[in-house]
Amino acid sequence: MIRLERRPAPSRAWAWATPLLAVLATMVAGGLLFAFLGKDPLLVIRTIFWDPILGEFAFYYRGQLLVKAGPLILIAIGLSLGFRAGVWNIGAEGQYIMGAICGAAVGLAFYPLEARWLIFPLMVLAGGLGGFLWAMIPGILRTRFNTNEILVSLLLVYVAEQILAWMALGPLRSPDGAGFPGSRNLRHYDSAANHELISGSGMHWGLVAAFIAVILGHVLLSRHILGFNIRLAGASPRAARFAGVNPGLLVLTCLGVSGALAGFAGLFEVAGPAGQINIDFNVGYGFTAIIVAFLGRLHPVGILLAGFLMALTYIGGEAAQATLGVPAAAIQAFQGMLLFFLLALDVMTNYRVRIDARARA
Amino acid sequence: MRKIVLLAAAAAMSMGLPAFSGSHGDGPVKAGFVYVGPIGDGGWTYEHHQGLLAVEEHFGDKVETVYQESVPEGADAERAMTQMALQGADIIFTTSFGYMDPTINVAANFPDVKFEHATGYKRADNVSTYSARFYEGRAVQGLIAGKMTKTNKIGYIASFPIPEVIRGINSAYIHAKKANPDVEISVIWVYTWFDPPKEADAAKALIDNGVDVVLQHTDSTAPQAAAAEAGVISFGQASDMSEYAPLPRVSSIIDNWAPYYIARVQAVMDGTWESVDTWDGIGPGMVEIGEITDAVPADVKAEAEALRDAIGSGEYHAFTGPLNKQDGSPWLAEGETADDGTLVGMNFYVEGVTGEIPN
Repeated sequence: MIRLERRPAPSRAWAWATPLLAVLATMVAGGLLFAFLGKDPLLVIRTIFWDPILGEFAFYYRGQLLVKAGPLILIAIGLSLGFRAGVWNIGAEGQYIMGAICGAAVGLAFYPLEARWLIFPLMVLAGGLGGFLWAMIPGILRTRFNTNEILVSLLLVYVAEQILAWMALGPLRSPDGAGFPGSRNLRHYDSAANHELISGSGMHWGLVAAFIAVILGHVLLSRHILGFNIRLAGASPRAARFAGVNPGLLVLTCLGVSGALAGFAGLFEVAGPAGQINIDFNVGYGFTAIIVAFLGRLHPVGILLAGFLMALTYIGGEAAQATLGVPAAAIQAFQGMLLFFLLALDVMTNYRVRIDARARA
Repeated sequence: MRKIVLLAAAAAMSMGLPAFSGSHGDGPVKAGFVYVGPIGDGGWTYEHHQGLLAVEEHFGDKVETVYQESVPEGADAERAMTQMALQGADIIFTTSFGYMDPTINVAANFPDVKFEHATGYKRADNVSTYSARFYEGRAVQGLIAGKMTKTNKIGYIASFPIPEVIRGINSAYIHAKKANPDVEISVIWVYTWFDPPKEADAAKALIDNGVDVVLQHTDSTAPQAAAAEAGVISFGQASDMSEYAPLPRVSSIIDNWAPYYIARVQAVMDGTWESVDTWDGIGPGMVEIGEITDAVPADVKAEAEALRDAIGSGEYHAFTGPLNKQDGSPWLAEGETADDGTLVGMNFYVEGVTGEIPN
């Protein structure tokens, strides 16, 4: 008989091995799926994982990997702090939207004034503030009224989407748009545009912010008392209270930081790759970042790698659709498998397999 | 350090892109299609995909097609188009309004690739726009709806408050009102082109409010199923949706893109492609009226077909005065017809439509 036995302490080796094994298992199971669909599994896997990095058009795809990974990493770093402390912000998508709206609104308010040194920094601040304030709603509701921040933050995503639609159709609608929804394109307004830092590279200020967040996140968790408190609160809330951690303040800090980072991500996206506030501006970065945070083991460096891996499955998945005719749904299933296998294999971090000889005898 | 390496790598990468051209000499013409929904949506994207299949059938091995479905509007759309252009597409059809700015941006990077954007208004030397006069079909639906309703309440599931959708609401209402002076129209905005549960909820909400004819400007068949369940009447949208005939679906608007797609691919082959703005209706066959079923009385059917033919021949315009705007101010005088400029940017309801256009 095979038994699972709880490990006295989580295995560090397994904690790092499971993401790699999950990727391998996804390749195998995904390959089977593609084979059933009548595609050459090796070719599809190569198109997804190899071509965007080293294939014929990699000069374009590599930049796109950065564009796609940037917001994922930035949001996931913020979420990971809360997740470590047991504060579950599921509504980063809403904070991302509100950051984009606030930042874009500031930029559009100055239109057509040309003063980049003033306008762009103000937009960045407004973006972070928008996300921060939106995250304060579940934060204050939890600390004051003990509501569940998972539900409140998630439901606020749908509120944010309604506000987004209202903005695109009303206050922020472009006066030159002939009645069509959508704001002016910020990419066509130099003082507000988050242009690529080097043309064609995909590198923009959002990526710079993401790298800074990785470094600061790492320093915070390994060197700062707040990082210690976060880890302590996650491991043992009671011990944290005895150590003098103010649980309410910790909840607000975690939600505030993750909200602000999501807000920054939204601002950099709306002023850069997306270009305008529109009804369907948000494409799910806030939700995908949850997967990225766990795939990266809630560790800043892990999240950096996981962000690029996730971006790779998007970019490569699109390439597989466009060049090999793989259905979009199969690509989504493929991405879903990644999380599934990660969670399934995660059992090995906390448990070990015991083969029980007595049962057979 | 890491950042410096990245920047250096980025600089190296950035070399080729603007100079790269997707065109090639001999071999088949490659046509790319970017879809906003899944090809199995049974409506909008399904019909564009039928156009792709028609192109394949017409040209055989002289053409190669690629497509990508469920592409979000925005940065992801730019990537989908760039990808197709890089891989040698000669002509790319981008089939949703929200692809407008992405299409213009990508087209600027690939001057040798032809782009065709559906339902937009921004053009360039290598970007054409095309759309269909769906409002002509709405006139026929409005007439049938006005005649068929017993509660005198017709419902309209609207996607986004853009001129294309507002034109449809106005055209349907004008002709319903002509057929039945007591008719009222209720509009529900769902802010999506394709979301079956949301569309079904909207249909149910309308029906709960006493509506017994449901029109939709969204892409799935979910409202048809809701209408079937409630025993009310509906119309196929974008595609025939004939699996719901004879009831609830009593007729439909079919978008027939195939002739246009074939003509444009042919133009690329012949080297005669030019940037144009196409807006075709029932006459040229871009808008078709699906079979009117026997659930509709013969005299109503005959009247509806006569209206269809009159619009098709150009003898009647769906927006013919006298018509006032919603606030009562005059719009078109007796016998005057709307010009395309006003229709393209239509952002007001005609008199009699209740509710406000959201903004």
